Amino acid sequence: MKRYELLYFALRNRKLQIGLAIIGLFLALAAVGPLMATNDPFAYINPLGPQAPSEKFWFGTTFFGQDVFAQFVRGLRATFLVGLLGGGLGTLIGLLVGFTAGYRGGVVDELLNMLTNIVLVIPTLAVLLIIAAYLQVRSVFTECLFIGLTAWPWVARAVRAQTFSLRTREFVDLARLTGMRPAKIIFTEIAPNMLSYLLLVFILQFGGAILIAATLDFIGLGPTNAVSLGLMMQYAVLWGALQFGMWWWFVPPGLAITAIVGALYSMNVGLDEVFNPKLREM
Amino acid sequence: MRRYFGRKLIIYSLTFFLAVTIDWMIPRFMPGDPVANLLARTSVSADATAVAEMYAYYERVFGLDVPVWQQYLTFWGALLRGDLGISAYLFPTPVADVLMRAVPYDLFLLVPSILLSWYAGNWFGAFAARSKRLDNTISPLAYILTATPYMWLGILLAWFLGIVLDVFPIAGAYSFEMRPHWSLAFVGTVIHHWFLPFASLFLVGFGGWAIGMRNMIIYELEADYSHYLEALGAPRSLIRRYAFRNGLLPQITGLALQLGVMVAGALVTEVVFSYPGIGYLLLAAIQNQDYFLIQGCFLFIIIGVLLANFTIDIVYLLVDPRTRRGMVGESA
Amino acid sequence: MSLQVDGLTVYYSTLRGDVQALEDATFTLDDGEIMGLAGESGCGKTTLGHSLVRLAPPMRHVAGRAVLNGEELPLADMDRMNAFRFEQVSIIPQYAMNALNPTRKIGRLTADLVEARHVNYKSILPELKRRLDLVKLPQDVLNMYPIELSGGMKQRMVMVISTLLNPALLVADEITSALDVASQKAVAAMLVEFRNQACCNSVMIITHDISILYQIADSILVMYAGQLAEKAPTTTIISAPRHPYTQMLISSLPEIGVKATEKRLAGIPGTPPLLLDPPKGCRFRERCPFAFDTCIEAPPFREVAPGHHVACWWEFEQHA
Repeated sequence: MKRYELLYFALRNRKLQIGLAIIGLFLALAAVGPLMATNDPFAYINPLGPQAPSEKFWFGTTFFGQDVFAQFVRGLRATFLVGLLGGGLGTLIGLLVGFTAGYRGGVVDELLNMLTNIVLVIPTLAVLLIIAAYLQVRSVFTECLFIGLTAWPWVARAVRAQTFSLRTREFVDLARLTGMRPAKIIFTEIAPNMLSYLLLVFILQFGGAILIAATLDFIGLGPTNAVSLGLMMQYAVLWGALQFGMWWWFVPPGLAITAIVGALYSMNVGLDEVFNPKLREM
Repeated sequence: MRRYFGRKLIIYSLTFFLAVTIDWMIPRFMPGDPVANLLARTSVSADATAVAEMYAYYERVFGLDVPVWQQYLTFWGALLRGDLGISAYLFPTPVADVLMRAVPYDLFLLVPSILLSWYAGNWFGAFAARSKRLDNTISPLAYILTATPYMWLGILLAWFLGIVLDVFPIAGAYSFEMRPHWSLAFVGTVIHHWFLPFASLFLVGFGGWAIGMRNMIIYELEADYSHYLEALGAPRSLIRRYAFRNGLLPQITGLALQLGVMVAGALVTEVVFSYPGIGYLLLAAIQNQDYFLIQGCFLFIIIGVLLANFTIDIVYLLVDPRTRRGMVGESA
Repeated sequence: MSLQVDGLTVYYSTLRGDVQALEDATFTLDDGEIMGLAGESGCGKTTLGHSLVRLAPPMRHVAGRAVLNGEELPLADMDRMNAFRFEQVSIIPQYAMNALNPTRKIGRLTADLVEARHVNYKSILPELKRRLDLVKLPQDVLNMYPIELSGGMKQRMVMVISTLLNPALLVADEITSALDVASQKAVAAMLVEFRNQACCNSVMIITHDISILYQIADSILVMYAGQLAEKAPTTTIISAPRHPYTQMLISSLPEIGVKATEKRLAGIPGTPPLLLDPPKGCRFRERCPFAFDTCIEAPPFREVAPGHHVACWWEFEQHA
C-alpha cells in the first residue's frame, strides 16, 4: 500500500512533473540530437563564418563556421554523463564515509568527521584547478573522478546525520535485541529509510556536478578534445562572441545548464514533498 | 566554549598544514622542468655553457639545488617570513607583491557580494515565507538564479548591459587609460568596472540564500514555540521576528560552508570580465606555468578562506546563546 | 465568569477525508470551577481544549459556538480570536517543555508577550516575581535562557507565563503526564493555588489520569470517541457514575489494597472506533453491554440530576 501511495503522490506532484518534463526533453535531445545533427561539431562547415540561426543551421554557427547545434547536442551528452558519473561517485563516497561515521560512532566518527571538515573547508576549485593543470590530457572520466572526489563531504555530512537519527530509532534497537547480525540490520532496517533520502541527495549532487564541470570546462581545464557546454561558452568568450554579438553561441549552452539544474532542484523539492507528508499541500 | 574553539582550531591548523604541503608539492610534481620552462621563455643564447650557468643560477634562486626535505623546511621558513619567491610569469616581481596588488580588487569584489547577497537573500527569503502567493512568485525565481552557472550570468550581463546597451565596461578593473591613484575619477572608473562582476556574483548568491532562508522560516514557524506564541495571541510580526532570528543561525554556518563555492564563482567571474583578482592571476599562472605564482595564489586563497571561516565561527558564537552556554548547537 | 459551549463540532482535514474528532459538544463551565476533561487517547479532549484557544489548520470548525462571559468567541477566525487570547483564554500546552523560544531570555520573552498586549512589562514585574515565588522558581530565571532550565522548571515557567494576565479560562493540556508522581502532586497543587489566588478564573484540565482529577477537580467531563459521555461533580463520577462507559472506566482502575488474586481488573473489551468514518449515533454502542436499537441515534447530553449530565438512551430509559 505504501509504495502505491508514494507513486500516486509522485505522479501528481506539480514540481516533480515540471522537473521531469524538462529533464526528459533535454535527455531526448541529447539522445536523438547527434543522430539528427550529423555535422561534425569540429568541422568548419560554414564558409561564411559566424552566422545567426537559420533554416540550415538551427543554432547558427561559431566564429569558425562550426555548427552550434551539432556542438550543443553533443555537449548535452557530456553534461548528462558528468552529472551521472561525477554526482554518482560523490554520492557513493559520501555515503560510505557518512554511514560508517554515523553507524560506528566514537573514534571512527571523530576521525572521519575531521576529514570531512577539512575537505569541506578547502576551496575545491583551487585544488581542482591545480590537479587538472597537471594532466596534459584529460578525459570526461577524469573530470568525473575529480568532481566525485571533491564533492562527497556534503553527502557525508547529510548521511551521517540521517544515520544518527535512524540508529537510535526503536526498530533498530528491536532488531539488535533479536540478535540480527549488523549487516542484516543495515540492509533490512536502515537502508530502506535512507533510500528516499539518498535519492534526494543524489539529485542535488547530479546538479552540482554539472555546475562544477561547466566551471572547469569554462576555465579551460575540462576534457581535452571533447565537446561540452562549458567549453562552448569558453570558446565563445575567447573568440569575441560578446563583442560581435554572437548570442546564439553562448546563450543555448548556459540556458541548457540553467534549465537542467533548475529542473533537478524542482524535482528535489517535489520529491521531498512526496516523501515527507507534512510538506504536502492539502 | 573552549571545546568548540579547540576543535575548530585543530581542524584549521590541520587544514593549513595540509594545504601548505600540497602547495609546496605543486612545482615539484608539475610535468616538465620549471627552470627549463623559464629559460625557454627568456630567450637565452644557444651557447651551452651560458645556458648551463643560467640554469644553475635559477636553480639556486628558486632553491631547487638542495635535497627535497630541506626544500620543504626552507619553504616553511620563507613562508613565515612572508617570502613567496619570485614570479616567473612576471619576472622579476616577487610573488608576494604580485598577490598584494591583486588582493584589494578581490576583496572589493568578494566582500560586498558575499555579505550583500547573504543579507538581501535572507531578507527576501523571509519575506517570501509570509504568504503563499509571494512564495509562489519569489521561490521559482530564486531557484532559477541559484541554478544559473556563475559564468553564464556574467556572460549574459556583460553582453546585455555591456555590449548591447553599452552601459558598463566588460574588461579590467579600471579604465585602461588610467593608472591607479587616489582621485575621484579613478574611484569612479573602478566602481564602473566593478559593477557587472559584482552584480553577477550577487544575483546567483542571492538566489541560494533566499531559498535557504525561506525553508528555515517555514521550519521555524512550525516549531512548538511558534505555536505557543500564537496560542498566547502574539501578533504575527512578533512570531515572524522570532522565526527570522532563529532561522538566521544556520544561515551563518551556511555562509562558512558556501565560501568555497563563492570563491569559485568569483574566479570564473574574474575570467569573464578580465578582472585582476587572485582568481584571474591563478589562471594566468597556470596557463603560463608559473609555479611560484600558482603556489602563492593557492596559499592566499586558503588563508583567506580559513580566516573567513574563523571569523564566522566567532560571529556564530556571539550570536547563538546556546553555544555560549556550553551546549554545542552546531557540531564542529 | 461562565463558559457555555453549544454544539461545538470540530473536524481534522486530512487527505483521506475528515477525521470527526469532536462531535456536538455542549456543556457549561461555572465561575471558579476546575473541570477535568478525561478520556482515552483520541477521545477528542485535546481537540476540545485546543479549539477554544487556537483552532488552527488542520483543525476545521464545522458547527457550534462558545460563549465566554456573554461574549461569543470567534473560534474559527484566527485573527479576531487574538483579542481574546492570553487575556481571556489561555493554555498551558502539552509541549510546554519546548514552548519557550530557545534563543531568547525568558524575561525578554515575557516582556515581548505582555508588551504586545499593551501592558507595561515593568509594571507587571512585581506580580511576575510573586508568581515565580508561588511556583518555587528563583527570580533569576528571567535572566536565563530556556536551555539552562530543567524540564520541570520550564513547565512551571510556562504555567506562570500563561496565567500572567489572569485569563478567565485556562486550559491545562496534559501538564502532569510527563512528570513523576511527586512532581505531579506539586504541579496539581500549584494549579489549584492559581485558581484560588485569582491568577485564573476557571480551569479545564485535560488528562487521561483520573486519579489526579480526583485530587483537584471540582467536576469531571468524560469523553469517548469525540462525543461527550458524562459530566458530574468529581465524587459522583468516582462513586456513582451513570454512563456505561464511565462505569466501566472507573471499575478498570486498580484499587489500593486489592490483589489480583482477589479480584481481577475488569477492562473494556474492544477498541475505540476510528474517527475517519465513525459509527452513526452513539459511538460507544459497539462495546456497550446495554446497547439497544435507539442507540443508532446520538443521545443528547441531558441533565439527569442537578449538575449531572449524561448522554445515554439506556440511562434515560432507566429513569424515565
